[in-house]
Amino acid sequence: MLTAVIALAALALLAAFGLAIAARVFAVPHNPKADEIEEVLPGANCGACALPGCAELAKRIAEVKADIDACPVGGESVAQAIAVIMGMEFEGGADREVALVLCKGSDQVAAKRFFYNGIYDCNSAALIFGGDKACTYGCLGLGTCAGVCPFGAIDMVPGGLAVVDPEKCTGCTKCVASCPKGIIRMVPASRKLHILCSSHDKGGVARKHCKVACIGCMKCVKAAPEGAITMDDFLAVVDYSFEIPAEVAAECPMNTIVVTGEAAGACEEPSAAAGGDA
Amino acid sequence: MGSGRFFGGIHPSYNKGLADSSAIVEMPLPERLVVFFAQNLGAPSQPVVKKGDEVKKGQVIAEAGGFVSTPVHAPTSGTIDSIGIYPSPVGVDAPAAVLTPDGKDEWFEGCSVERSSEGLDVGQIKEIIHDNGIVGMGGATFPTHVKLSPPAGKKMDLLVINGAECEPYLTADHRLMVEHAEGILDGAALFAAVIGVGRVVIAIEKNKPDAIEVMRKAVAGRQGFSVEAMGVIYPQGAEKQLIFALTKRKVPAGGLPMDVGVLVHNVGTALAAGEAVRYNRPLIQRVVTVTGSGIREPKNILARVGTRFEDLVKFCGGLEGDAAKCINGGPMMGVAQYSLDAAVTKGTSGLVILRQEEVAQFVSDACIRCARCLEACPMRLNPSALSIFIEKMRFEDANEYNVMDCIECGCCAYVCPSRRPMVHHFRRAKAEVRKLQRKTG
Repeated sequence: MLTAVIALAALALLAAFGLAIAARVFAVPHNPKADEIEEVLPGANCGACALPGCAELAKRIAEVKADIDACPVGGESVAQAIAVIMGMEFEGGADREVALVLCKGSDQVAAKRFFYNGIYDCNSAALIFGGDKACTYGCLGLGTCAGVCPFGAIDMVPGGLAVVDPEKCTGCTKCVASCPKGIIRMVPASRKLHILCSSHDKGGVARKHCKVACIGCMKCVKAAPEGAITMDDFLAVVDYSFEIPAEVAAECPMNTIVVTGEAAGACEEPSAAAGGDA
Repeated sequence: MGSGRFFGGIHPSYNKGLADSSAIVEMPLPERLVVFFAQNLGAPSQPVVKKGDEVKKGQVIAEAGGFVSTPVHAPTSGTIDSIGIYPSPVGVDAPAAVLTPDGKDEWFEGCSVERSSEGLDVGQIKEIIHDNGIVGMGGATFPTHVKLSPPAGKKMDLLVINGAECEPYLTADHRLMVEHAEGILDGAALFAAVIGVGRVVIAIEKNKPDAIEVMRKAVAGRQGFSVEAMGVIYPQGAEKQLIFALTKRKVPAGGLPMDVGVLVHNVGTALAAGEAVRYNRPLIQRVVTVTGSGIREPKNILARVGTRFEDLVKFCGGLEGDAAKCINGGPMMGVAQYSLDAAVTKGTSGLVILRQEEVAQFVSDACIRCARCLEACPMRLNPSALSIFIEKMRFEDANEYNVMDCIECGCCAYVCPSRRPMVHHFRRAKAEVRKLQRKTG
């Protein structure tokens, strides 16, 4: 009995001694600030900072190799918390950016060219004549962007249209890269007036394809402060460095312009769209 | 030779009887033609005409955009009405010129003039083939002059003229062989001279006995020429499968037939190239099989490039019954069209119009790992694993499993009990892998 106790105690001592030495010799220099920072980071490992995961960003910030507001997902509050850990001052950086789908043409208002019966994925659908919508610029509505969003910020509204929830969106830009039509744009979260169309078709064609398309009438261009809305190949485009008064939205004869916070994204008209089978 | 058989393949219903006995008829000029500027695989051709231009038949309207590219010619004389974006039958919307024929059908100066091919050297022949816009007419539209220009050091010993026409419904090549055997052989002799091979095999599936008979008679007097009757199995006409069946040589993954000393050309290409050299006649027309149960009178039509599908259908007496689906090419590899506004290109071998009851609308299911696709795949790929990778967007894994070697023949999708859209998956993956490769250099 006694022998066993002594033997075990001796073994334990020996192991403890070995571990103590190992801890000294193989110690990895560690910045305790990095751990603290990692705690306050979102932990989604989304890659929006262009680094492999939150731990790596925390390490960089602790080593002052990255800015305290380098996490676009965390935004101001996270930057503030990191500033406290780092003993730095956070002055409140640039405006937070959120994704915006520049299309309002759900199936109720946008015509289809043919019946698509293929893989339920926008990139696959785009391989066949660019998709089933008559408008070749419009949202295909199969939800590839919603699938890649790590934060569940994109909803597919009935009628096949992706709508970003600006509250949930963290600005990681994954959806922007996933869209085969390239119609998702990053916009400052503080701006509320948006032109939800990407069609460069001429007015008559755009109108035929979609009831809420920008027809290039330029009414909004004239109503907005100079330079705030410009024409790019038959499409009105917002310059988000300008503050545009909400009244401008009422100028749009096609109901393409929306003011978020009021009636965002989805369309109200339930009229059936014309469509043909291929 | 000839009795060989490649791995995999399927036996679909061929339905060739609808059109295989109707002789090629030339279609009168339609009211307008829609001529696509990009009509070859490789670099797109660059348009050189603008709205309002008067053109003559055979005049260049788009110049080659690089080495792997060919010019496009006006299919008749007339006025360029407009230039716009039209649905190209291969599944993209592409720029095209709308040509209103003036009815005179006048040749451009120097075109369609008989000349002797004697004394022309290899370089000159290749130049003529390029200048006349000759591309592979089996459907892939790869520029012919490029195929005839193997890199130095590649030794070739066999030319195969591909008359297999394994795609169901299509009979264009079949009729060409029956009616233009001499022209095809002249073209083949030209190819053989250019690449310096002495042996020419005309490969024809056994389901075309009349074509085999005519070709056998035609090759009788020609040194080094022979006709091989091939087994009836899809895809017998696929380049690599045809080569294996004939010679037991395996084209390496990612390689070309020239790597095993073989060159394969379609019968239509041979005919067009022969005419280009002999008459300086550009590729402005081709034989298109318009067939299927949804068309009143199935025909093999000699149509101008740019003939709208609607005009082809009208020429065949219109649609029959509840025609529901129109496919450019055959049902295995063709592309369904959403509009009859699309027009004939150099690669349009047929137009198949199917009725409602023949058009399956189905929901695809999960893969049940039955491995039928593995037995059917003539490239010995693993379509099952590939499709699962691609569903999970694992394109790098798909590349590891050689998705780039897929020939998109559709055998896997044909046998799949879960009705999985295999080829659609693979096309997507190929596009993504190419993107990845560009990114990494």
